[in-house]
Amino acid sequence: MPWDPGTDVVQVTRGPKQAGGAGGFYRAFGETLRGLKTTFGQLTEGVTTVQYPEQKIPVYPRFRGRHRLHKFEETGLEKCVGCSLCAAACPSDCIRVVAAENTPENRVSAGERYAAVYEINLSRCIFCGYCEVACPFDAITMGHDFEMSDYNRSDLIFTKEMLLAEPPERTPLRAEGE
Amino acid sequence: MTRTLAEVGFSEEWWIQILKALFFALVGLQLVPLVLLTERKVLGRFQNRYGPNRVGPFGALTPVADIIKLLSKEQFRPRTSVGWLFVIAPILSITAAFGALALIPYGDIVDIGGYPVGLYGIDVSIGPLYVFAFGAIAFYGLMLGGWSSGSKYSFLGSMRAAAQLISYEVAQGMALVGVVITAQTMSLTGIVHAQEGMWYIVPQIVGFLIFMVASFAETNRPPFDLVEADAELVGGYNTEFGGGKFALYYFAEYMNVIVISGLATTMFLGGWLLPFGITAPGWVGFFVVIAKMMIFVILFIWIRATLPRLRYDQLMAFGWKVLLPLATLNVLVTAIVVVATD
Repeated sequence: MPWDPGTDVVQVTRGPKQAGGAGGFYRAFGETLRGLKTTFGQLTEGVTTVQYPEQKIPVYPRFRGRHRLHKFEETGLEKCVGCSLCAAACPSDCIRVVAAENTPENRVSAGERYAAVYEINLSRCIFCGYCEVACPFDAITMGHDFEMSDYNRSDLIFTKEMLLAEPPERTPLRAEGE
Repeated sequence: MTRTLAEVGFSEEWWIQILKALFFALVGLQLVPLVLLTERKVLGRFQNRYGPNRVGPFGALTPVADIIKLLSKEQFRPRTSVGWLFVIAPILSITAAFGALALIPYGDIVDIGGYPVGLYGIDVSIGPLYVFAFGAIAFYGLMLGGWSSGSKYSFLGSMRAAAQLISYEVAQGMALVGVVITAQTMSLTGIVHAQEGMWYIVPQIVGFLIFMVASFAETNRPPFDLVEADAELVGGYNTEFGGGKFALYYFAEYMNVIVISGLATTMFLGGWLLPFGITAPGWVGFFVVIAKMMIFVILFIWIRATLPRLRYDQLMAFGWKVLLPLATLNVLVTAIVVVATD
């Protein structure tokens, strides 16, 4: 007794019948020509490549690039008070802060304490900007520099002096609304 | 009594022949980097980018850099490979490609310094057969290379190469039969002379289209590059080859493109003849042929930028069910027309 498929049968809708013969050949030829026209259109459209090391796409003002530490402009004192909140906020644990007391002879920051060591390991940093958000004194901000590749991993650990220094202006900034 | 397989037309001293052979081999060697660079630059433009532009002015030295890089690499072969076959296979490929190049005529017999010199490597009475013979030897380069690598992917690639090249060679040969019937000669210079009234691309347009499609398959160019389909086969028959051996395969592949372009130029585009019956001194023909070849090379690149790779069964079905019957029909119609109008 043959097997009764019953309700197992699924009705399959086939695609359009394959065009063979002369009609299919004609259609395939036409479609090939259409494709050639499309690619030729791209040829006439020109090049959209940005020649990177020579040309740079300007970054937006809120672009999160390499960190910068700041000083007060009037007094020249560092804004960082060594509270380590940035290190606590950092998800990739790349900031190391060792705080020290300010003394009347050696006054570095505006607060009671200052950061004796402030290091950011940029090979670990994910540029999330949480340190900037966590900082109560706006001492650390994200800059615009993104060209930080180096030959050596240890060269990617940025010290306080490097972060305080004015970064070389190698990244064009995009104007608001541009 | 000596039997000749083919008649070879000579009009030069023996030392001119040697110089001539060297010259045309060198021309071929110079054309390969040119085609390589053209491909990468033009393909880039098709994809809205510049292509290589760092080495030399406008990237003109990129092929040189490529070749230096490949030649300075370590000579490596897998433990499972078959020693001398693995070495000889790429050499076979490039030799066959150069052998076929000798046939492309760049001009008629011209007078250079009082000596009559034919602007071709060799002019034989069996022109297209000679090219196909060398094409068949080139298959051995591919197949032996893939098989002697001792790698499954290489083997798959070479099996595909065997099936694909043999299938499409039939259609390619049949497409040229129409031209041979019309020209009533198999000498390539004779075929060019026969096109003085009208280039064969007009009366043999069907043959031309079949020949071009089959040639794409013969030279393993997209959309028929199943032999080296990198998404499926890693790299095809040349997977295990590196350094100088890979450079030879690479050279042979582009040399084949040049040979096929030259053959199409000779067979269908009137070789060294200028359009509209313009006559020019003999040496102009050389540049005319190169220019016409470059048109075909650009066409190869254009198609590569446009069409996706075929499925394997589609490839076989297309070769045997469409191209071969069409080519046969073309031969029949051409023969009937030639006999009827004779």
